[in-house]
Amino acid sequence: MAQQSLRQRLEILADAAKYDASCASSGTAKKNSLGGKGVGSTEGMGICHAYAPDGRCISLLKILLTNHCIFDCHYCINRKSANTPRARFTPQEVVDLTLNFYRRNYIEGLFLSSGIVRNANHTMEQLVEVARILREEHDFRGYIHLKTIPEAEPEIIHQAGLYADRVSINVELPTTAGLTRLAPDKNAGQIEGAIARTKARIVEARDERKRFRHAPRFAPAGQSTQMIVGADGASDSAIIGKASRLYGDFGLRRVYYSAFSPIPDASAVLPLKRPPLLREHRLYQSDWLMRFYGFAPQDVADAAGADGNLPLDIDPKLAWALKFRASFPVDVNRAPREMLLRVPGLGTKAVARILASRRHRTLRLDDVARLTASVAKVRPFICTVDWRPTFLTDRADLRGLLVTKSEQLELF
Amino acid sequence: MTAMQHVSLGAHYAVHLPAPDDFAFWCERARGLVQGDVPPDRVSWIEPGGTGDLFASEGHQGSLARGEKRLPPPPADPRPVRASQRFLTVARSAALHSERTRFGLLYRLLWRLQSNPRLMEDTADPEVRRCEELAKAVRRDAHKMHAFVRFREVIEEDGTPHFVAWFEPDHHILRAEAGFFIRRFANMRWSILTPRGSIHWDGETMREGPPARREDAPQGDPVEALWRSYYASIFNPARLKVGAMLSEMPKKYWKNLPEAELIPQLIAGAQARETAMVTAGARAERARPASLAEVAQGAGACRDCGIADCGTRAVAGEGLPGAPLMIIGEQPGDEEDQAGRPFVGPAGQLLDDHLARAGIEREAAYVTNAVKHFKFTWKGKHRLHQSPGAKEIDTCRWWLEAERSLVRPRIVLALGASAARGLLGRTVSVTRERGRAIRLDDGAELWVTVHPSYLLRLDGAARAEQAALFSADLAAVQARLAALTG
Repeated sequence: MAQQSLRQRLEILADAAKYDASCASSGTAKKNSLGGKGVGSTEGMGICHAYAPDGRCISLLKILLTNHCIFDCHYCINRKSANTPRARFTPQEVVDLTLNFYRRNYIEGLFLSSGIVRNANHTMEQLVEVARILREEHDFRGYIHLKTIPEAEPEIIHQAGLYADRVSINVELPTTAGLTRLAPDKNAGQIEGAIARTKARIVEARDERKRFRHAPRFAPAGQSTQMIVGADGASDSAIIGKASRLYGDFGLRRVYYSAFSPIPDASAVLPLKRPPLLREHRLYQSDWLMRFYGFAPQDVADAAGADGNLPLDIDPKLAWALKFRASFPVDVNRAPREMLLRVPGLGTKAVARILASRRHRTLRLDDVARLTASVAKVRPFICTVDWRPTFLTDRADLRGLLVTKSEQLELF
Repeated sequence: MTAMQHVSLGAHYAVHLPAPDDFAFWCERARGLVQGDVPPDRVSWIEPGGTGDLFASEGHQGSLARGEKRLPPPPADPRPVRASQRFLTVARSAALHSERTRFGLLYRLLWRLQSNPRLMEDTADPEVRRCEELAKAVRRDAHKMHAFVRFREVIEEDGTPHFVAWFEPDHHILRAEAGFFIRRFANMRWSILTPRGSIHWDGETMREGPPARREDAPQGDPVEALWRSYYASIFNPARLKVGAMLSEMPKKYWKNLPEAELIPQLIAGAQARETAMVTAGARAERARPASLAEVAQGAGACRDCGIADCGTRAVAGEGLPGAPLMIIGEQPGDEEDQAGRPFVGPAGQLLDDHLARAGIEREAAYVTNAVKHFKFTWKGKHRLHQSPGAKEIDTCRWWLEAERSLVRPRIVLALGASAARGLLGRTVSVTRERGRAIRLDDGAELWVTVHPSYLLRLDGAARAEQAALFSADLAAVQARLAALTG
């Protein structure tokens, strides 16, 4: 076979990496290149350097070291039985690519993952080697996210955490049955065991840094994971329940939901059609409700229909409000923060503004309109000095009034 | 003078700012004006080259020309001017906005803060809100600058690389954001050129330069080809969300982004690519066959995978429903395809010998293949066997499952890894799985061994050794069969 050019390999290995949804570059320790030899800075806020037409941000150079893989997971484009072109980078090539992109301000850093070649330990060592060259030989101070392989020795995973800002291990599927069926080479217990060990290391390192200023940092941006949605039969409530458990047990920074999407040369075991992208969006909204709005997993389950799935035409917060109409309307001049956060259309920022400004004035509907994005959405659920929704909250067709006509944008 | 006196005298003061982003200068003048008790409507703030706010265009030009000379002298015992931390934070950003009235707005807020120190908390106040909006727009512009500046490398005469970018910010953020790029690219030599000015960093000091033109920046960089390839490859055509992209990367930025020129063609090709992926995996919807004859007929007409297009026939299984043993091979070979029967070629004859020696009656078993059509390539006049791919096995699995549910064997004997995949849906290692039963979901036992054609490819001692193992596997199956059927 003819030698593949760097560009061809980049195309293959970027294409192979795109099914991992995570691209965050935020929340890590602050660092910059002043006084150093290399380039790079992280200042807390993530930066999206470009957006692809799939609406996803491009913050990191997201590639695989190789897409050769000895595993045969049905949902994965890189499974060994797939008829897909294969390629590999040397660690030095990934380093050069990262630095060349970084110096031109295309990226915030590197997100490196890999198919499993030879065995888990060998693969993990290669990933760590890339991070080591970047950090030690080039004094690179940008963001590094390493995918860790649960089957690898804990000692190698520990090395990864010392170089990387974030490490992640994918739980892949929300149910153990789904994992056994679709990823026969993986083991749910092993995956969660590795996540638990990483959590212990992160907690330990944070504790050491409190006592010794020069203790090494370990994955300062924490760890995250990803679940594939729609490849097995798990309902939205089951997925959210699983996510909530992952957040609780392992202190994960993020759980990513990736709607299973058709891949070239798909396994015949998989459903052919993708689940609606909106389903993924609703899961992210529920995730946000749990993390920032004080919703419990049970609240999300209550918002879901009888089959455990969230409605697609309205967001989960509105779905909850429509089910529990007795809790509304909420008086914006008196209600506590928890109740304001339950009002559809009021985000955390709007709630903070309401709480601050109501100390200075009694809010009228016009005031609320200035503080929120859309007063029309909020109006049925609140009362102000000059506004009561009287019948609106109880109208049987309220849902119909609030559903926004969605339209998928296509060619332009 | 008091505020009333300023008003009754018809006094009007103009402050000329040395630069449109000089917040420190504004702070100093604003402090003086508050101390002099000058009400907001008596002050005009004028940027370099500008004519101040609306006031100036209403015919007060004459009085403004005298400018700062008319600022009131500071009182003997100036009272302290106070501003909340929140105001300073918001005002520092809002002052960089390109709107001309911003300094007047900030002064009005500062004026009101003296009597209401917590004014900034009242976000429902229209002026507070407006100020927050200006600050937000500036912060967004700065954030987009961090994101969308694209450096291009030029090699200077002394051989060192110099990274130069052309960027068009909406607001006066260039100087304020220089720090971000210095911290990030501290050890690089770089320049950012904009229509409002330019900044240059040589690794140690920052220098400011005059406004630049697009032509002053380099026109290309070889690394951009790689970056464009990356951009095109990381895009998933199966999830087109143009609106989400446009809200974060509006078209006004596209002209300075090397990757943006690809967007129209990526969008145009996306649906075709997704449809191709879905149809490539499409299987015809059909009802479950009710008899083995229907399986034979249906498999013959099946075109779900590419093998069926080779011009071969589907070779149906042989045997009766209810057979206790089901023997599964990989796919028909050349002779099987001609005869229309499974296992009649050289491998079939070898299988027959071994079955007979193990005491297994072939006629009492159901014999079939994991893939029903013969896959081959022409080599001269010969049709050369080609192994079916995993996807082809998985596709044909539908027919195999149909056969198995009709025959309902107690024991399934899979010959080779392809047959095992056809039953399990995953690739297993024959050497690891042979010699023991794997329970299938309907309670039947799966026994895996090698395909007889494997023995045909071996010579001498290796062949004798493998033949012995194969015999042992068959003997174990026979023993288990006898135990199960009694």
